[in-house]
Amino acid sequence: MIATLKEKIHSNHYLSTLRFALYCCTHPLDGFWDLTHEKRGSIAAANTILFLTVLARIMQLQFTSFIFVRVNWDRINIFLYIASILFPLALWCVGNWGLTTLFDGKGRLSQIYMASCYAMTPYPLVQFPLIVFSNMVTVEEAEFYTVLSTLSLVWAVALFICAMMEIHEYTLAKTIGFSFATIVAMLVMVFILLLFFSMISSGVVYFISIGREILFRM
Amino acid sequence: MKKTRRFGALLIGMLLTLASAMTALADEGYTYNYDYWGDVQYSPDAYTVEKVYTAVDMGLEGRLQSPQGLNVIGDMIYICDTGNNRILELKRVNQDTIELSRVIDSFNGAEPNTFSGPTDVDVTDDGYMFICDGGNQRILKLDMDLNYIMEFTKPDDSNFSNKDVFTPTKLSVDTAGRVYCIATNVNQGLIKFENDGQFSGFVGATKVIYDWTDYIWKRLATQEQRAQMESFVPTEYDNVYIDPEGFVFVCTMNVNEDDLDSGAADPIRRLNMLGNDILIENGDWYVIGDIEWDDAGGYNGPSLFVDITALDNKVYVGLDKTRGRLFAYDDQGRMLYAFGGAGNMDGYFRQPAALEHMGHDLLVLDSIDASLTLFTPTEYGSLIYQAIEQFQDGYYTESGESWQKVMDLNGNCDLAYIGIGRSLLRQGRYKEAMDYFKLKYDEDNYSKAFKQYRKQWVEEHILIIFLLLFAVLCVPLLVGRIRKIKHEIDTSDYFELKKGRQS
Repeated sequence: MIATLKEKIHSNHYLSTLRFALYCCTHPLDGFWDLTHEKRGSIAAANTILFLTVLARIMQLQFTSFIFVRVNWDRINIFLYIASILFPLALWCVGNWGLTTLFDGKGRLSQIYMASCYAMTPYPLVQFPLIVFSNMVTVEEAEFYTVLSTLSLVWAVALFICAMMEIHEYTLAKTIGFSFATIVAMLVMVFILLLFFSMISSGVVYFISIGREILFRM
Repeated sequence: MKKTRRFGALLIGMLLTLASAMTALADEGYTYNYDYWGDVQYSPDAYTVEKVYTAVDMGLEGRLQSPQGLNVIGDMIYICDTGNNRILELKRVNQDTIELSRVIDSFNGAEPNTFSGPTDVDVTDDGYMFICDGGNQRILKLDMDLNYIMEFTKPDDSNFSNKDVFTPTKLSVDTAGRVYCIATNVNQGLIKFENDGQFSGFVGATKVIYDWTDYIWKRLATQEQRAQMESFVPTEYDNVYIDPEGFVFVCTMNVNEDDLDSGAADPIRRLNMLGNDILIENGDWYVIGDIEWDDAGGYNGPSLFVDITALDNKVYVGLDKTRGRLFAYDDQGRMLYAFGGAGNMDGYFRQPAALEHMGHDLLVLDSIDASLTLFTPTEYGSLIYQAIEQFQDGYYTESGESWQKVMDLNGNCDLAYIGIGRSLLRQGRYKEAMDYFKLKYDEDNYSKAFKQYRKQWVEEHILIIFLLLFAVLCVPLLVGRIRKIKHEIDTSDYFELKKGRQS
């Protein structure tokens, strides 16, 4: 009895945090402040939004009208495709956290992740209906689709900036400055990762060839 | 599966080679096309070599010497045997026999009465022969009994300085007897002569293509550096052909690879009377021959068109010098097929120089091999032509059936899908047409079909749509109203009073 009640409260909390994403879309400054400071958001809801975003991306490939999206299925790797969304997000969170902790940002890593995911809400919100809509238009009406699609991205970017501003308690100028700095940090991380992997692989190759050489001589 | 299929193809290939030594073309990879993604898709052969004719087959002693020009009218074939300063008149007597009817090496009525390096010949329907006699700096007009009628010489125009030698290389004559010719070192376009021999100007001078970075470099460079740079000059044309509708097809080899990729270079152009390019390029790819090229096997660079010919069904074929290939396009600029190659076998060329058509048959003149190759369409090629012609004549249903036969022979033929779709569209079967267009990413035709389908669908379901709209708009209103009434009843003073009285 008590367990089910607890579960009910729990799921209600999850649903209310998920519903709070919609509030964030329309009232970004207020919403993202409450998200962390009033604990109106949850990581579970953030994960859900991220999952929906990835799902929207994948479903676009298959279900959007070919007028807008043409997929060469021979050349698609679904795991790489999913990684192309998750990997930059991970880099963004880590890069942003690493920079802002040094410059009195108030957000913790989990909060940055949560706010970033909440900021993505417009994407699945607009793109899922757009998938249906794309199958109802001709080439001449394609502009509607393009405008709406761009709108979802612009909206999400605006939310991203608001989210970072509220979480770190920064001014707008500082937020935008640090967003660019984060992008630079992401590039640096990519560079280091590439360097790391190529070093490791040449190191491995080196030892493998030594091993082979020894085997040949024996 | 793939392996077994390949093995099967190999077996069939071997059987065919055994069956007849003539089927040198049965090997995979002779005929191909590009799909939507730009990948090469091999197809059944559209043309097969009927025969390759050398001087011996034509009944001549000694070889042809680097023949350059070719012309076909009716069943007569004219070859400019440039190195031997003569023109050969041949007659095609049946499917695979060509007989020499006469050798033209002189004429009556003017001096000199011989040719010097004739490079092109054009014979008109009304029985005149126009010859590019470059060595003698003239274009000759003769009648069919080889009597001199007139000549076209260097125009008396300020565009031509006195020092320049006038060397006409290629020409084509329209139905009114006007001559369009190309001369070496003339880059203002085609030289146009009226039928009385009067020079009437240039046609189709190309716009100079340059980008602004080049321009800035030129501004910064010194005089000497500038002299070494490539100068911005209009392109020279390499060949000219007047199609059955009277438009002038020209091709140029003076193209660079970046312009080809971006579509800025038009190696094949179709000029109207004003000299504007009206070639339609609605295909997935530009009309540039091969869309991908690499440096392999000693053959580098993009396709370079040396000649072009246009069939009566608006299909035009370009001849590529680089790899010895022929590229056929329909009137929308979509590639029908490409075939050929460089080599010594039948159906391959060493240096293709000229291309002509006789009905649906194609003739290619090879200047190094000194031979004339006669191609005839296979069942596959004929079906494509049939489908195109039926569509042009308005037999849409039949055209769709022909395209279906093409598809049965080659499932990778994109045009077959679109052809069937267009036929279905004309028959009003929109939903089916949409499926075919969708498969080959033809968005414009798909939209045409979809627009009609959507209209039909809305008309059929108008009642449901109205009911739904009504429901969406009115139900919340109704619910709101009912709630309001209920609320008013619940909170009305009447019950309050009653309660108060009771207590």
